Amino acid sequence: MSRHRLAAVLAATLLVAAGCGGTTKDNQSDSAGTQASATADPNAKLKEGLKIAYLPKQLNNPYSDVETSGGEEAVKELKGEYKKVGPNDAAASSQVSYINTLIQQQQDVIVVAANDPNAVCPSLNQARTAKIKVVTFDSDASKDCRDAFINQATTQGIGESLAKMALEQAGGSGDIAVLSATPNATNQNAWIEVMKTELAKPEYSKLKLVKIAYGNDDDQKSFQEAQGLLQSYPNLKVIVAPTTVGIAAAARYISSSSYKGKVQVTGLGLPNQMRQYVKDGTVKKFALWNPADIGYLAAYAGAALASGQISGAEGDKFTAGKLGEYTIGKDGEIVLGPPTEFTTENIDKFNF
Amino acid sequence: MSRKFATWDTAIIALTVLVLIIASLVVDNFGTSRNFTFMVLDLLPIILVALPMTFIIVTGEIDLSVASTLGLTSSLMGWFWNHGLSIETIIPLCIVIGAVAGVLNGFLITGLGLPSLAVTIGTLALYRGLALVVLGDGAVADFPFNYTGWVTGTIGGGAVPNVLILIVVLALIFGVILHATPVGRSLYAIGANAQAAHFAGIRVARTKFWLYVVSGAVAGLVGVLWTLRYSSARADNGAGLELAVVAAVLLGGVSIFGGKGSLPGVLAGVVLLTALQNALRLEDVSGQALNIVTGALLVLSVLLPNLISSIRGNWQRRKLRQSAA
Amino acid sequence: MTPAAARPPIKFDILKTRELGIVLALAALVLYTTINNPRFLSGQSVRDNLLNTAILAVMATGQAVVVITRNIDLSVGSVLGISAFAVATVMSDHPGLPMIIAILVGLAVGAAAGLLNGVLVRYGKVPALVVTLGTLYMYRGITYSWAGGSQVNADELPAHFLNFANDNLLGVPWLVLIALLVVGATTWVMRNYRVGRELYAMGSSPPAAELAGIKVARNLLGAFVLSGALAGLAGVLFAARFGTVDASAGTGYELNVVAAVVVGGVAVFGGSGTVWGAGLGALLLTVISSALAVLDINQFWQQAIVGALIVLAIGADRLVAVRIARSLRKRDAHV
Repeated sequence: MSRHRLAAVLAATLLVAAGCGGTTKDNQSDSAGTQASATADPNAKLKEGLKIAYLPKQLNNPYSDVETSGGEEAVKELKGEYKKVGPNDAAASSQVSYINTLIQQQQDVIVVAANDPNAVCPSLNQARTAKIKVVTFDSDASKDCRDAFINQATTQGIGESLAKMALEQAGGSGDIAVLSATPNATNQNAWIEVMKTELAKPEYSKLKLVKIAYGNDDDQKSFQEAQGLLQSYPNLKVIVAPTTVGIAAAARYISSSSYKGKVQVTGLGLPNQMRQYVKDGTVKKFALWNPADIGYLAAYAGAALASGQISGAEGDKFTAGKLGEYTIGKDGEIVLGPPTEFTTENIDKFNF
Repeated sequence: MSRKFATWDTAIIALTVLVLIIASLVVDNFGTSRNFTFMVLDLLPIILVALPMTFIIVTGEIDLSVASTLGLTSSLMGWFWNHGLSIETIIPLCIVIGAVAGVLNGFLITGLGLPSLAVTIGTLALYRGLALVVLGDGAVADFPFNYTGWVTGTIGGGAVPNVLILIVVLALIFGVILHATPVGRSLYAIGANAQAAHFAGIRVARTKFWLYVVSGAVAGLVGVLWTLRYSSARADNGAGLELAVVAAVLLGGVSIFGGKGSLPGVLAGVVLLTALQNALRLEDVSGQALNIVTGALLVLSVLLPNLISSIRGNWQRRKLRQSAA
Repeated sequence: MTPAAARPPIKFDILKTRELGIVLALAALVLYTTINNPRFLSGQSVRDNLLNTAILAVMATGQAVVVITRNIDLSVGSVLGISAFAVATVMSDHPGLPMIIAILVGLAVGAAAGLLNGVLVRYGKVPALVVTLGTLYMYRGITYSWAGGSQVNADELPAHFLNFANDNLLGVPWLVLIALLVVGATTWVMRNYRVGRELYAMGSSPPAAELAGIKVARNLLGAFVLSGALAGLAGVLFAARFGTVDASAGTGYELNVVAAVVVGGVAVFGGSGTVWGAGLGALLLTVISSALAVLDINQFWQQAIVGALIVLAIGADRLVAVRIARSLRKRDAHV
């Protein structure tokens, strides 16, 4: 008897709660506060001894290792204190404790690649309240919780480049598939969108995008997804993988299977990981920006922010060591430059 | 039972206090009020889930599905929110769904008599899988600020986090039930000898069933708190938390065979693990070393009492023999 | 019913139906998937499925033996990780070493890890669940500290090591041969040798086994060393197959391994089930995940299905056990 009564009480509570409206997605007021920017003094000198901490998505990722190595170089040039911390897994929440620790340690600049654009936001804003400058790289956080974002290349440029490489590799026509990171990866989705708009153009009319698969930036999962793509789509000509983990896994699968030579792999990859597959003919061409430059640029942007040289407002200019002068664009974005294409001719010139 | 209570629990509480004192003295920025807030937020999910887990382990069972229940309620919270339900409806709904997940566990374990370890490993995969089905790899983030802000905020902007009230209230309720009521004593009786408890008139199956329901409900509540703390409903939220919780409970002196342990010990276990992690991070010790420390503490928490009691046993036997001679 | 009628041991009849059930489920699944997409039975696809099963089946073999003794080894994923990283590091530093050395290194690393588990369980009197949960953290932590963020890439590994995953003998890949050998030999020993029967006895009733004069300590250590060594071997196979090894290799595998064992009909209470059943369980789980990809079913269903299968499998075991117990009681009543 008592059990029924309990259920009834619970049901009633729910109904009452549902009945009186309350806060829903549609009627909530947006109360996330944005921080007023301080005014910048373009002539301020870059401070020495700045504590600049890097927080990549996770440790043990060769790509972010290269990014942060560029950061280490720049921090040395700036005579600052470099530090790299991070979680072992790329879960959305694991970065928060590390941000909290960096706040406690009173760093001057936090350079972070956000695992989840929102999960890190409250902590990053706490950091900014504590006078720490926040620069995002690789994967942006919401724009109201960081001071600047280092964009590796424009979304448009990468999307176009991916579509162009797919067309070349397919020989002008045929089925293509995309092997992406996670379905909610901000970068990858934006690039794939641009790629789709490109594919709608007449010169791409003979290319057919049959599937977008997700390997979750996990080596083994990507490997198995590549395998699944070839089983499901016998006429597949090209796999486009806009992620370094995905392209390496796809190339490894193809190079060890009977599809080698028949199916092409292209996308964004690290030369060191792809060298073998370029040389054995599995991969003809792929692209990437220089990841070390991203970390390098982030350090200079952070130092310029912390020294009051720039405030993160559109139009602010600063000099980033060997990379030259940069201008901050809309929403605090700083674009690194166009991606490099790697082929069997030039791949040995790169070591990252 | 009381002997064990006196030795290991006191030891772990003393160790925890010692670690807190040493860390405040040695580690820069450890003893600040802001760091206190951070630590409380970090230990919130572990401590809440550990409360019912302590009860379950005291009865000699286990619930490994808690973190997946957390993930499932977090996913559903995002899904409901996207479908226009109000947050005031979603929160109780998620707790009820957590309880329903617990009902399934409880039914399989007490109704069908299946081993809890196997059942909850199965539902660990099942609930996490359902969480992925609900939300995929997506995330829902636009929860109202007055709720997310409450979870991360402090009372009057001071040093005491809002969620600490919740922790204290729930810990008191669970503590009183376990240590000062017939229900609590019956849990120890079940864990010490389920058959004897049954003959003594304790409804063993029904008691265990409700423990799983409570465990599920608390996991559901923690799913809500987790989602609000990170403003992010995701299917992978809390993955692996069950190991941290079990580790903390065992470290706190609860016997995996049931029948032994106390809630103060468990609370100390949770605080000890969190404080160690926090201090090591502030000292820039990598997360890797943390894994080793956690694992070693877990094994030692059972190994040491065993060794001590066997050494003491040997010593007493020798003394007996000497006095006989 | 006369007492002399049903002579063959009832236990084996149940087991047979259990393994038959898995085979039938497999056949139905393969049939359905093939009708939808005939390429599912193409040479390449079958080969991929078998290769993916191999690593899981090797680990499930060791786990099955441990579970039969009424213990559990949750550290296998971490042991795979430490072994894979050790072997990949050794092979990239000394590319000239033959494959057999790689395998021996993996086995040795795994056996050492398993020995520590066994010693703590037996002599420390710490329950296996606690010990292996602890060493799950510790072995993983050691691997992370050792790797320190680095990883071994395919281009640093010698060709003969990587080719091992693709080379075959009479059309059967080496990985699959090794898995068959491991499952087959262990099944044989568990069934026909004294030590095998002793392990079952230990699982059925630990105190009775001790009283019966079975060398419980030796057998228990042996079971954990076997589980560790096979997880180590799986690490070698992992490194050869995937080529890229970092400190996170094999994270979370313990769940799949335990699932394969339980789905394969090994009771978590110990004392019953077969090793080849666990191997079949591994095959079924692998085929399910690849069938989902081929059938274009939302990949997110996969984990939910695995979970439901585990619950179903233990539920079914329980029902069968109850029915058998009832029929036994009835028969006794008649006598």
